[in-house]
Amino acid sequence: MNVPQPYQVVGRDRETADTVTLTLEPVGDPLPAFRPGQFAMVYAFPRGEVPLSLSGTTPSGTGLTHTVRAVGPVTSALAGLRPGHHVGVRGPFGTPWDLAAARGGDLLLVAGGVGLAPLRPLLLRALDEPRDHRGVALVVGARTPADLLYRDQCDTWAQRAPVAVTVDRPEPGWTGNVGVVTTLLDRVPYQPRNTTAYLCGPEVMMRATARDLVHRGVPASRVFLSLERTMRCGTGHCGQCQLGPLLLCRDGPVVAWDRAEALLAVREL
Amino acid sequence: MTTSAGFLTGLTEPQRGQLLALAETVRFPSGARIFDEGELAERFWIAEEGSVALDVHVPGQSPPIVETLGPGDLVGWSWLFPPYRWHLGARTLSPVTARQFDAAAVRDRCARDPDFGHALTCAVGSVIGRRLRGARARLLDLYGPPRGGGR
Amino acid sequence: MTEPTRQAVMGPDGLEALRQALVRRGRTVVGPTVRDDAIVLAELTSASELPFGWGVEVEAGRYRLRRRSDRMAFAHSAGPQSWKKYLHPERVRQWTADRGPDGTLTVREEVDRPPAYAFLGVRPCDLSAIAVQDRVLVGGPHRDEAYRRRRTGAFLVVVECVEPGATCFCVSMGTGPAVHGGHDLALTEVDDERGHRFWVRAGSEAGAEVLAELPVRPADPTTVARAEEAVTRAAGRMGRTMPPVDLRDLMRDTLEAERWNDVAARCLTCGNCTMVCPTCYCTTTEDVTDLTGEHAERWRRWDVCYDLDFTHMHGGTVRRSGLSRYRQWLTHKIGTWHDQFGSSGCVGCGRCIVWCPVAIDITEEAHALHAEASGRDAEGAGAS
Repeated sequence: MNVPQPYQVVGRDRETADTVTLTLEPVGDPLPAFRPGQFAMVYAFPRGEVPLSLSGTTPSGTGLTHTVRAVGPVTSALAGLRPGHHVGVRGPFGTPWDLAAARGGDLLLVAGGVGLAPLRPLLLRALDEPRDHRGVALVVGARTPADLLYRDQCDTWAQRAPVAVTVDRPEPGWTGNVGVVTTLLDRVPYQPRNTTAYLCGPEVMMRATARDLVHRGVPASRVFLSLERTMRCGTGHCGQCQLGPLLLCRDGPVVAWDRAEALLAVREL
Repeated sequence: MTTSAGFLTGLTEPQRGQLLALAETVRFPSGARIFDEGELAERFWIAEEGSVALDVHVPGQSPPIVETLGPGDLVGWSWLFPPYRWHLGARTLSPVTARQFDAAAVRDRCARDPDFGHALTCAVGSVIGRRLRGARARLLDLYGPPRGGGR
Repeated sequence: MTEPTRQAVMGPDGLEALRQALVRRGRTVVGPTVRDDAIVLAELTSASELPFGWGVEVEAGRYRLRRRSDRMAFAHSAGPQSWKKYLHPERVRQWTADRGPDGTLTVREEVDRPPAYAFLGVRPCDLSAIAVQDRVLVGGPHRDEAYRRRRTGAFLVVVECVEPGATCFCVSMGTGPAVHGGHDLALTEVDDERGHRFWVRAGSEAGAEVLAELPVRPADPTTVARAEEAVTRAAGRMGRTMPPVDLRDLMRDTLEAERWNDVAARCLTCGNCTMVCPTCYCTTTEDVTDLTGEHAERWRRWDVCYDLDFTHMHGGTVRRSGLSRYRQWLTHKIGTWHDQFGSSGCVGCGRCIVWCPVAIDITEEAHALHAEASGRDAEGAGAS
């Protein structure tokens, strides 16, 4: 059965002026477990569905968190929900972040804007399993300091792993970095040849970051990107999310750079 | 395990040695102005520790920060190109340790040793290129709300 | 107990007996019939509605019915419709959702009860098209239930092709004109001095059961030979070919070819080719609400990759130019379909050529891309 399952909003955290994080718990049976990088089709009654990557799980093990930016009618409806409200959820869909690829090596997470959301559960898992790899580092780019997601959590993470943050436009009082996210690739520790990188953000930012990382010696097969195209079904049937040979709902959203580079280089593919 | 070698990675090992031979280590306290827009660019720096902000003088405002630089980064490139005047200002955001170079001495070395001069010019050019790409990317406002909206 | 008859010969009256045998089994029998100057698909209330004595003349951008000098019922190539009209309908309600007074959300899956179909007169290319849609819609980890309900148990009567059209190229795509399994019954039509008759074979147990109820006589060697000859001859009379290369590689390696500019200058991006294509399956969704706002429905409808809303991202459409939209259609159809679903998406039926208002020809475009990729001048190669 592939219809939305009712979930209840049990938590709502405002992240920025246009972005909130919703915590959902199933009303009935939970959906199968989501893995970091996978996405759900979240249904805002009665407006419609949007694909939203998992941005975290809950201690209960059955809950889901999704960070949603209000950019259209459905996302605005979702961002306006309050605890107690119901949504419908389908999933899990798509490829997860390949954490096994990083075993024994360094993990480098590079986020741009709301792209930090899909990386958050990966970061949390990596921090929880420190023996599986040498090190974890997080690099974050945002538009302004006020647009940073999970600001309080970033401070906590920074106590456990190198975290570097930069903004495009500082505000008075900002004492941190100013510049594009790629300028931070020399600010955190990792051994390029033994690094697995996980990128999420606007496609332009991911392309630039992937190229810089490969130039530094990170293998292209271990640079993972989370790609975006329209998705209507999530199940590989609607054809909307095609990127050349890939159906991004099935073969993505997480795709390695050695596969994605040539596809993203073709205009309007 | 840091990858940071920054600006100097553009030079060969001997060239790096030749350049660093011209350097002296300096320290700036937090909040110090290193140079200001319009001044003659007589020195430049490679940051080793701490953070440097490039800023612009705007009347009636505290100077807006255009970009921040950190360990390994070249601080200043106007010294290499006429008219050898700073286009921006620089101030420290924290205590900063840096290698300081006398611009005239380095330019003189470039003139006497074209191979060295070419390598150094390429290394500075690559820094300028990176900063230009960064500035252009930020002009795009990639993280802003999607133009044309979404679902 | 004797072995059930697996092959036989029947006269044209056998078609009505076949239709009745299928109706007795509770099936809705759909087949080709003449309507609005075309051979279309419709529910048959009598086998006499089949297009006896009708043929078609087709060319790029052209379709005309013509009277034949014989009584053949299946001597016509593909019409504007295909079986996806029944198996993958244009609009399907997928679920209904209600919000209760307490705010609880109830979503009910739409489980409709489509007719048990029997398709009478499926061409081998179209049988392959059904197999292609099977792989897309029910062959992966997720199944399209609306399709599955229609497809499961649909009874398929295939008629081998003895009269290919000028736009046909099933031989290039390996889908016809002979049938190679996947059918319940296969017919091959013969009309000669010995009479109008059909060589019938059962391809499944269900087919054999039906065959046992038909007014048939044992298959005679002459009829079988004539039928096989006719299909063999048809294979040699294809109006079109595809270049004899790996089309998947050709599409992958010519994404930046000049030829796309040429075809883009002609393509109206109307999407007719997707509508008539028997395998095009893409859909979009619509969420509709009643006046109270407490009841909503999710509908799925056919979508067209030539539409600007197809494949967009936050902020805009991905394929802004007509060039990129035509390229998406063609490269998907004969190229990336292999990557996605393990086969070509083209079965060589020629519909997209016939129903293109500006006569764009998928085979001509593939040949031109091949010629460009080979560094040869397409006209020079054609004239040699």
